[in-house]
Amino acid sequence: MRRAQPGGWAPMLIAAALLALPLLSLFAIFAGRKDATHGVVYAGAFLCSVALISAGLEHLGNHWGPPALVLPFGLPWLSAHFRVDNLSALFLLIVNVPAAAASAFAVGYSHHLPERRRVTPFYPMFLFGMNAVLVADDAFVFLVAWEFMSLASWLMVLADHRSSVNRKAAMVYLTMAVFGTFCLLPAFGLLAGGGGDYTFASMRLHSLGPLAGALVVLLALMGAGSKAGLVPLHAWLPLAHPAAPSHVSALMSGVMTKVALYGLIRILFDLHGHVGWQWGAAMMVVGGISAVMGVLYAVMQDDVKTLLAYSTVENVGIVVIGLGLAIAFKDDGEKSLAALALVAGLYHMINHAVFKSLLFLGAGSVIAATGQRSLAALGGLLKRMPWTGAAFLMGAAAISALPPLNGFVSEWLVLQSLFKGPAVPHWAMKFGVPVVGALFALAAALAGTCFVRCFGIGFLGRPRSVEAAEATDVTFGMRWSMAALAGLCVVLGAIPVRITDALSVVVQPLIGTGFAVSSDLGWPFLSPVSNTRGSYSGTVLVMVGLSLFGIAIALVHRLGTRATRAADSWDCGTPEDNPATQYTGQSFAQPLRRSFGATIFRARESVVMPQPGDDSPARHKATMIDPIWTGLYERLARVVDAVAERVNRMQYLTVRRYLLMMFCTLVFLLLVVAVRQQQ
Amino acid sequence: MTAILWQLVQVVLALATAPLVTGYVRFVKARLNGRRGPSVLQPYRDLYRLVQKEAVVAHSASWIFHAAPYVVFASAWLAACLIPTFTTNIFLAPAADLIALVALLAVGRFWLALAGMDVGTAFGGIGASREMLIASLAEPAMLMVTFSLSLVSGTTQPAQIIAFVLGGNVGIEVSLGLALAAMVMVAIAENGRIPIDNPSTHLELTMVHEAMVLEYSGRHLAMIEAAAMVKLTLYMALIACLFAPWGMAQPGADFPAIAIGMASFMLKLFVLASGLALFETAIAKMRVFRYADFLGGALLLGLLATIFLYVSEAV
Repeated sequence: MRRAQPGGWAPMLIAAALLALPLLSLFAIFAGRKDATHGVVYAGAFLCSVALISAGLEHLGNHWGPPALVLPFGLPWLSAHFRVDNLSALFLLIVNVPAAAASAFAVGYSHHLPERRRVTPFYPMFLFGMNAVLVADDAFVFLVAWEFMSLASWLMVLADHRSSVNRKAAMVYLTMAVFGTFCLLPAFGLLAGGGGDYTFASMRLHSLGPLAGALVVLLALMGAGSKAGLVPLHAWLPLAHPAAPSHVSALMSGVMTKVALYGLIRILFDLHGHVGWQWGAAMMVVGGISAVMGVLYAVMQDDVKTLLAYSTVENVGIVVIGLGLAIAFKDDGEKSLAALALVAGLYHMINHAVFKSLLFLGAGSVIAATGQRSLAALGGLLKRMPWTGAAFLMGAAAISALPPLNGFVSEWLVLQSLFKGPAVPHWAMKFGVPVVGALFALAAALAGTCFVRCFGIGFLGRPRSVEAAEATDVTFGMRWSMAALAGLCVVLGAIPVRITDALSVVVQPLIGTGFAVSSDLGWPFLSPVSNTRGSYSGTVLVMVGLSLFGIAIALVHRLGTRATRAADSWDCGTPEDNPATQYTGQSFAQPLRRSFGATIFRARESVVMPQPGDDSPARHKATMIDPIWTGLYERLARVVDAVAERVNRMQYLTVRRYLLMMFCTLVFLLLVVAVRQQQ
Repeated sequence: MTAILWQLVQVVLALATAPLVTGYVRFVKARLNGRRGPSVLQPYRDLYRLVQKEAVVAHSASWIFHAAPYVVFASAWLAACLIPTFTTNIFLAPAADLIALVALLAVGRFWLALAGMDVGTAFGGIGASREMLIASLAEPAMLMVTFSLSLVSGTTQPAQIIAFVLGGNVGIEVSLGLALAAMVMVAIAENGRIPIDNPSTHLELTMVHEAMVLEYSGRHLAMIEAAAMVKLTLYMALIACLFAPWGMAQPGADFPAIAIGMASFMLKLFVLASGLALFETAIAKMRVFRYADFLGGALLLGLLATIFLYVSEAV
């Protein structure tokens, strides 16, 4: 159905939702004492997300022309500009589908929060910030919305401020958020040029010199990359994401990183006229390193939420590999391959938003039920919490890129485009792409290990604590919000061609060409470049696999017996009732820690054995460091401290000296002006 | 139409030959060790015997423990149906390429590792942990092999790779040799053969695969054993189809061509199985913490295979 009248109800809906969200915040502030308020606010946030989803779908489905909206506020010489194009509409979906699930989850979950009055008012503000970034059409609105997003989430990280870990997390997060904006600000300044017109429309027309162009790419990578969690700017993610309440963690990890990547795509593919292939190659290397480092950190974590946050670093790395590849292909004129790589990256963003939110909500359910988030205190939860367990298993399988779920489809597309990478006629690409491919493949395989460990230790086996042994499953609303996301993991994997078709529309204006899906194999088959190049069909695999599954069961039951006896576990003849004899997360990760961690993470193990006669327990201690934290951040902090120490003296000067300094500064500035006028 | 017919033949063939291959390997190993060894048909009898017995399930097991044997078996069987063995003209060929095949095998491994951890014993965990360590290096190595094959032939689809090779487009290349070496190493590791794991060991501390399935019995164990057999045959078929596709029937082939394809496939299985038995007899198992060296070597060989393509192109 094609609408003749552009616009219609969708822009109104977006505007209404964006107005309603701050009002919800105000309501939460003034009525926060009442118990019902929290439910009302989250329900309202849910409705706003649903409205924004339907507007996004309407836009993508009917392609109404991009309506621009100008509001008379903002900087004096610049009104506020808003616009929705295909890219924004897609990201409205990426943001609001998990947001709707998280809001529905939070209606029940917020009862479990000790400090919910410090969370509820900022939650709608956070959603408002993220959505406003997407519809911004000038740098001013973009940055203000970006800051709303950062600060609202920062306040929620600080919600449980009595814990010193959370305070440290909030401090690091605030520093990194300021750093990110500090990079984006000059990037937009350079994009706008000397004219000072900060609308995106004029930035597209303004062409950059080589130096300014390179600077913009670098600043955008640092600004958006720090928010998205690219190595080495990832250090705040595993601190801040777990510190927030779980429904907020879900959005910070699943969605806010996507908004950051939206900023990156907007600048590199839309506003910036031309990005060289070298930048694409550099992004691929950074992405590959992020993917491997992220998942290696993740596989060794004990805290479920920290594990999930590190896994976000990995997935952002995978997306950035796709984006870098798209830039390299685009610069080389391989437009259809560029479209393929960009579609792969966008597809992975959708998928990661869905399953990472699902996993964080699952972790939230576990915390609500047990009060524990350390793997060492969990176990056996699948039997106590069947719904949460099944949903978490679905998320774990999807993020491990197992067919037929969604994670596999996007990783398959990234690999297919990587395999075409050597088509770019530069030697650096020819030799570099296989290396990035190896990094990507390693990360994908380690992700499987990471989530086998996470699910196996957390949900299988026998309970390791009283809380885990007495857990009960979460309430109706929380279950169904997880079930909805789990269902999306299946749907997004089952209809890949529908998704790539929709993404093709998004990619078209950014690359200049769409994504050609060869269709003579029929709708269930995804075959990106050509039929003979490679094809995949999750639907066919599932149908055949299920029939084989059925045949196997029928055959076994027909040939043999169905008798089953329940008994104690055998365990090689030495069963032990104590649940501490099970494998733990630390022991599961030990082979990996030894194989990968010994050099990079300086993982060390020590055993403390008490002397004979001493009845204290023996201890096994495993330690590891974050090399980037100790190698980069701590050094940087020391330098900053040292400089601050020096500068501190300026606070205690006499009036005469201050006057002298002001005079010198004035003379210096006048000289600069004079010299510039001479030229 | 013929594609569906040959697909059905292959579905049956994949299941029927697997125990025979395993039985043959055991038979040859026994002979090389100076033992008489059981008949090559013994694995069929073993499976039938296990199916007849009642299954014992631990109290602490969840539904994962019950479902896993069937999922593991079905995924291995499905993967075996996707690899061209005697003809490339099979119905399911476009449904999965080599990447999807790697991922499909990962599905089975994912479930098996979870099942190992489900009962909550130390042995299950030890097996799952080691299996996943092996997988985290073997899987990327196999993807790098796929990468180099895709660069040579321009496709990741096994049937298309075979068509390309049989079309006489490929000479002897250094990188194909490296890829073959990597592929063989992956196959050894993924099937838990010596030097990575010993399929006939029951010494607790050296087990990988056996430790994971320690709690299984009866029909569940039968399914897992059968899955392991199918997987071994599958990897042999994969090596044969990617690196020695000669004799395989192409689409539109008549009946004699199919017969030749079938005979050559059997011959290839015979050669590979004999080679495996010989290799396993000649070599000793390695320590767990050496796995990373062995499989890291496979990964590097895979990487070198892709890079050598450009080196040979430039020279």
